[in-house]
Amino acid sequence: MRSGRKARAAEADTVTIPAVSAVTPVIEVRGLRKVYGSGPTAVHALRGVDLSVTQGSYVAIMGASGSGKSTLLNVLGCLDTPSAGRYRLDGIDVRQFNENQLALVRNRKIGFVFQSFHLLARASALSNVELPLVYAGLRGARRRRRALAALELVGLSDRAGHRPNELSGGQQQRVAIARALVTGPAMLLADEPTGNLDSTSSDEVLTILDRLHDAGKTIVLITHETDVAARAQRTVHLLDGTIQ
Amino acid sequence: MSVLEVLRFALRGILANKMRSVLTILGIVIGVAAVILLTAMGNGAQSTIQSSIFSLGTDTLTITGKQPEGKDAPPAQPLTQQDVTALSDRTGTPDVSSVSPVTSGQANAARGTTTYHLQQVVGSTPSYFDANSAKVAAGAVFSEDDVAEARKVVVLGSTVAEKLFGQPAQAPGQQVLIDNLPFTVAGVLQRKGSGGIQTADDLAVAPLTTIQDTITGHDKLNQVLVKANSSNAVSAAQSEVSAILDDRHHITDPAKADYQVTNPQQLLSTINTTLDAFTTLLASIAGISLLVGGIGITNIMLVTVAERTREIGLRKALGARKGAILGQFLAESTVLSLLGGGIGVLLGFLGSQIRIGQLQPAVSVDSVILAVGVSVLIGLFFGSYPANRAASLRPIEALRHE
Repeated sequence: MRSGRKARAAEADTVTIPAVSAVTPVIEVRGLRKVYGSGPTAVHALRGVDLSVTQGSYVAIMGASGSGKSTLLNVLGCLDTPSAGRYRLDGIDVRQFNENQLALVRNRKIGFVFQSFHLLARASALSNVELPLVYAGLRGARRRRRALAALELVGLSDRAGHRPNELSGGQQQRVAIARALVTGPAMLLADEPTGNLDSTSSDEVLTILDRLHDAGKTIVLITHETDVAARAQRTVHLLDGTIQ
Repeated sequence: MSVLEVLRFALRGILANKMRSVLTILGIVIGVAAVILLTAMGNGAQSTIQSSIFSLGTDTLTITGKQPEGKDAPPAQPLTQQDVTALSDRTGTPDVSSVSPVTSGQANAARGTTTYHLQQVVGSTPSYFDANSAKVAAGAVFSEDDVAEARKVVVLGSTVAEKLFGQPAQAPGQQVLIDNLPFTVAGVLQRKGSGGIQTADDLAVAPLTTIQDTITGHDKLNQVLVKANSSNAVSAAQSEVSAILDDRHHITDPAKADYQVTNPQQLLSTINTTLDAFTTLLASIAGISLLVGGIGITNIMLVTVAERTREIGLRKALGARKGAILGQFLAESTVLSLLGGGIGVLLGFLGSQIRIGQLQPAVSVDSVILAVGVSVLIGLFFGSYPANRAASLRPIEALRHE
């Protein structure tokens, strides 16, 4: 295991992240393709997507299932690698990164919110929010303070000691948002964040996303609900792996 | 990520399935406990046998007669008083301190209405007691005069004295009948404890001449005990004794000798070698159960990795490097096997407190260090395959895993 200091040193060696400027788009995608399998059975999930997302914008990606929207989000989140095309995240081409550097990018640049929350069942809300900071090499009181601040941001600081099964669906998703925010990432990627929630909880979560957007966060979310997409500044429709 | 953090994740993983973790470490527990217990028993056997050999004296050679091998071998010449006289001449045997002729037979002892069958009535000289490291607890041993005069005096072993007198300390001075002849008890020997098949306390010792007159006859000696000047001189004494006896018995080929010299130091080293081999065999059998325990760890870690695929995917999505995941699962398997090792050491210790007959198992520090070390290595080795599998999972596939 690397200590925090070593991890920071390694970061300085391998990833030079330029200061975010208003002119550089957070996401810049050109001719993105993703093919699963090969030969006649190959599935073309993305067939040349061009997309630019500027700092502070709120983008909803819509499309039927199978349209490639999840694949696009996974590529944007550096969870998956494109078959062809260029992807610049905060001005850096991510193709040059190896596995460990991609892990670092996911840790520092990207906050994920999943449809099914993906919280650790046996850990408290606070521990769940602390998790990305653990991998960032942060320790002790500093880590705790930042995690608590993130929980505060989603209005759950009074639930810090609760386990996921002691929280409602909406509260769980808010913990997940706090976890996504805690490392101060350049953007938030949300994959149907309200897909498993009732309308009240959905509203809570979307209100938090609105607030984050107002505070200047870049948000990209996937949805198939038009009223969710209506809250975004901009909606991108995907059909058969291309943007309409 | 600090080591503490890794351990915390590992413990959380282990505690998540308590029953399963307990069953998994059981294999290691049994393996480690078996290694420690079996080596302890080997050590115990070794020290028991060693101490019984030591109690019989390590600087005394025992000469016994035997029939030489081969069809055309001449009839064996028995050990005689003349052999003893020749061996007692210090010019030929400078490394010998005493030579004791021994004749022995069986007899019935009686005192009043109490009778006892003596398995061993020994006739010898006073130096016999020194050569056998036997000490008197009460009274005294008989003298050279007693031997010269063939007096009917006897020194009893502690078992015999107890059977006949109840209180061994009261025996000296009293009369006892041996084969219906009255003997005066001169002394009682200290208890030696029995060394396995040897019954060092169940005997009566009387002057050589007396026993030859009454029980065994004068034609031959059963044994001659030769005590060396020191335990370092045993080998020298052995070759001196052999030279004299070869000359007297006309032996040209040592393989056709009609006598045999038993060297307790050789005996000791032979027994040690045998017991070492035996202990190693036992420990390696126990080692196999450790191996089986290790495979159990691999098995359960594979199940754990499969079950927690989504968690691994999530951790990766949140920025866990490959090394962090690898470390987490390696730590988990190592903590499992270390827990098993610790409990196994404890059980091994407890088990070795139990005495089995003559044998008191003795736990060796080596075996504890070995067993704990091996269990850590087992955790690392048998955990590395599942951990590597976890670390190599692609985040997107792991996250989608149902």
